[in-house]
Amino acid sequence: MFVLIVGAGRVGSAVAKSAMAAGHEVSVLDEDPLSHERLDQGQQESWEDMGGMFAVGTALETDALTAAGIERADMFIASTDGDNTNLTVAQIAQRRFGISRVVVRVMDPARANWYREQGLQTISPTEQAIEMFQAVLEEAG
Amino acid sequence: MYVIIVGAGKVGWNLARELIEKGNEVTLIEGDRGRYLVVEEELEHAAQYGDGTELWVLERAGIQRADLVIAVTGDDEDNMLVCQVAKEKYLCDRTIARVNNPRNLQHFKLLGIQPVVSATDLILRLIEHEVPRYGLVHLLALEEERLEIIELEVSEDSAAAGKSVAQVQLPDGSLIISVLRDGRGFVPNTETVIEAGDQVLLVLDPGLEESITPYFQPDGRGE
Repeated sequence: MFVLIVGAGRVGSAVAKSAMAAGHEVSVLDEDPLSHERLDQGQQESWEDMGGMFAVGTALETDALTAAGIERADMFIASTDGDNTNLTVAQIAQRRFGISRVVVRVMDPARANWYREQGLQTISPTEQAIEMFQAVLEEAG
Repeated sequence: MYVIIVGAGKVGWNLARELIEKGNEVTLIEGDRGRYLVVEEELEHAAQYGDGTELWVLERAGIQRADLVIAVTGDDEDNMLVCQVAKEKYLCDRTIARVNNPRNLQHFKLLGIQPVVSATDLILRLIEHEVPRYGLVHLLALEEERLEIIELEVSEDSAAAGKSVAQVQLPDGSLIISVLRDGRGFVPNTETVIEAGDQVLLVLDPGLEESITPYFQPDGRGE
């Protein structure tokens, strides 16, 4: 499977590495050239030597998305640090490029919820943190 | 009318002022605390502090009863998403979004956000205007209103040159709305004489363009 990840922060780069380890073809797009280092970190070989792709550009630039290989992506992951960027680029991936497997990180639980109802697969770390804290509280009685 | 404006930059603030002056109820939402405090001094309760892309902030502003939502932040993603939730979640059918980067226009269209206002686009149109590369420039296509505005340069051998507006007898569904001559523009009346070299702006029913052009450019020159 060809996986395109937009936003290679802590989450994006870790997901990229594990997808690569699982045998997928992985391409990463990030606006900061330095984020490439996160992909190399802790690896024996460089990201490119392992077969990974890396492109620099912002998520909304069609040229950057194309350079990152969006046209042949089977799965699209939006994990930049901006909810609004993620929600926008995910919808572009879905509607313009017809990618059926689109996963988006949305910190804001309310919108993660609403966009989920609209057919986007959203992951909200905030929502999960809230649930975990609540579980801890319940356990403590 | 109740209007919610997201983004209190120069555009948002001035829009809010104008709309309030015209008797509308307005809420202006600004996410930067410092900017909010400046605006709030003048607009008082009409200004609200918060991230206008968050649902609870929009709900606090009363988006459920808004007649119009205007998104004019400096961030295109924000403007798109504000209008998207206004439309699809809160069923507000009138939204206006500002496009900061014209390259993002395609994304607004993709998400069904229209109409959009782009300052850069307006400036580009003005430049096109100053430097007419084509004999005919599509200034605006008002798709929803089913009207077009076009600009034509009047050529010397055209039927219109040297005639008054009344004498030109344009087909129904077309109207000359302004004439630009020697760098100045004015609104013509029926007696205004059209001169060769004038730029005329016309508003048309769609599809009339081809039948109108020959009045001003018989050989289609400059196309």
